[in-house]
Amino acid sequence: MLNHYETVFIMTPVLSEEQMKETVKKFEKILLDKGAEIVHQENWGLRKLEYPIAKKTSGFYHLFEFVAEGSVVKEFELQYRRDEKIMRYLTVSMDKHAIAYAEKRRNLRKEKAANVEAPVAEQPAENTNNE
Amino acid sequence: MAQQTDIKYLTPIAVDIRKKKYCRFKKSGIKYIDYKDGEFLKRFVNEQGRILPRRLTGTSLKYQKKVAQAVKRARHLALLPFVTDNLKSNN
Repeated sequence: MLNHYETVFIMTPVLSEEQMKETVKKFEKILLDKGAEIVHQENWGLRKLEYPIAKKTSGFYHLFEFVAEGSVVKEFELQYRRDEKIMRYLTVSMDKHAIAYAEKRRNLRKEKAANVEAPVAEQPAENTNNE
Repeated sequence: MAQQTDIKYLTPIAVDIRKKKYCRFKKSGIKYIDYKDGEFLKRFVNEQGRILPRRLTGTSLKYQKKVAQAVKRARHLALLPFVTDNLKSNN
């Protein structure tokens, strides 16, 4: 059965921007090779960690949202564990509320990005109260 | 004796009328609690980073469980601390 999943992982801050992108691409490829369909991905860039992991106080975050068979997750997480550049990962399956939320969040981010590009543009029409 | 019982107050005594607590998720119709939003989850933990009980926040059982799960996921991803001091110095 196909399920919706969301996975976030943290890469070590030792990597350069390029290496980081390479790693992301590698995992993207792994997902695609396993027949998963990537719905969305986000790069949060270098973020400060709330507590040190492996003596590092920051890390590169990346998020994938994908649709795949349940068995794919297990194999995918094995790849996480084999890669020493990955400090932490979390994969969760998404229920219908989570999917709805993710979609809303995506649109919100898109809107925000658009606003940053054109700061003088008119205010977004609808109020999206999220909290 | 009578004098003692006949105390009159200039201002009415402040009998604490508590505002009824309510579940904010039920009220505003939030169905999913995002573990990626650390700032939002900080409302449900105390200064040491512990999850606040339902009796303080008023969250319904259904959503308290979801809050707890979201906080725990956020902790795993280092978006929230496991333990700390003065987490909410700005509040």
